[in-house]
Amino acid sequence: MSTVKSLDDLKKIREEALKKQQLKETSGKKEVIVGMGTVGIAAGARETLKAILETIEKDNLSDIVVRQTGNIGLDSFEPIVQVVLPGEEKVTYGRVTPEIARQIMAEHVVGGKIVEAYKIEG
Amino acid sequence: MRELALHILDIAENSIAAEATRIRIAIEEDLQKDLLKIDIEDNGKGMDPETVAKVTDPFVTSRTTRKVGLGIPFFKAAAEACEGSLTIHSQSGKGTTVRVIFRHSHIDRMPLGDLVGTLMTLIIGTPEINWIFEHRVNDREFLFDDDPIKKTLDGVPLSEPAVMQYIRETLQAGMADVRQTTTPVSEK
Repeated sequence: MSTVKSLDDLKKIREEALKKQQLKETSGKKEVIVGMGTVGIAAGARETLKAILETIEKDNLSDIVVRQTGNIGLDSFEPIVQVVLPGEEKVTYGRVTPEIARQIMAEHVVGGKIVEAYKIEG
Repeated sequence: MRELALHILDIAENSIAAEATRIRIAIEEDLQKDLLKIDIEDNGKGMDPETVAKVTDPFVTSRTTRKVGLGIPFFKAAAEACEGSLTIHSQSGKGTTVRVIFRHSHIDRMPLGDLVGTLMTLIIGTPEINWIFEHRVNDREFLFDDDPIKKTLDGVPLSEPAVMQYIRETLQAGMADVRQTTTPVSEK
């Protein structure tokens, strides 16, 4: 059973994160957005987002901003994930299961290569 | 949706859409009174009584004009099937509170489900909102407010891996602790 960490522990986490930031000259934040409207939630969007958060935690990925948003407006393609890399166009993926989310994280968000098989609209 | 945690997520999304800056989710399990009560309270823009009536009735709400989820009628039906209710108190410009009550032991009551998953989605996914979570089971309680965490982080993002782990473990430990009371002493 894990003991609850205190805010003092969080302060240490903060110091570590700041050190890491200084080491890396970042070219901007990577953004991953998950549609969390009613249709998205019913289609499994929370599990998709969870897989993304787990990947970040497990692989210790910094400088990724994860956002959830309301209905993106492509109901039949839910769950929807959008990836925005610095200086690049937004890429929209459809019917993203947790497995596909992990693939998108590895290949696109980390690797920089769009996963064409799940890309939608343009 | 076969989890109360998914319905809570859906209702909270309405609060986000209503431009709330502070959202409180409170779950109360009173096994003595056999009640499960869920409050989702926000300080968003609120609704007038006409809109409140509309969002609870799936046949009045039109798909194209609706701004709040079609999830409310489903959640209401689920509560009513368990001798419970869903009520909305809202005031334009002040905010909205959705209160859902279930009979705790009702055979058709959905499980609470993955509350940590729902809270992580909300806390990490919308860092600009102050999230408050309260879970009470009989006389035990777990209180979580992400404001002190954000103040301590002072600019370090919530999506930093070690920060996410900190929040997740805090939530998991708190919820495990509050639920200890549900195991009768004789089962030890």
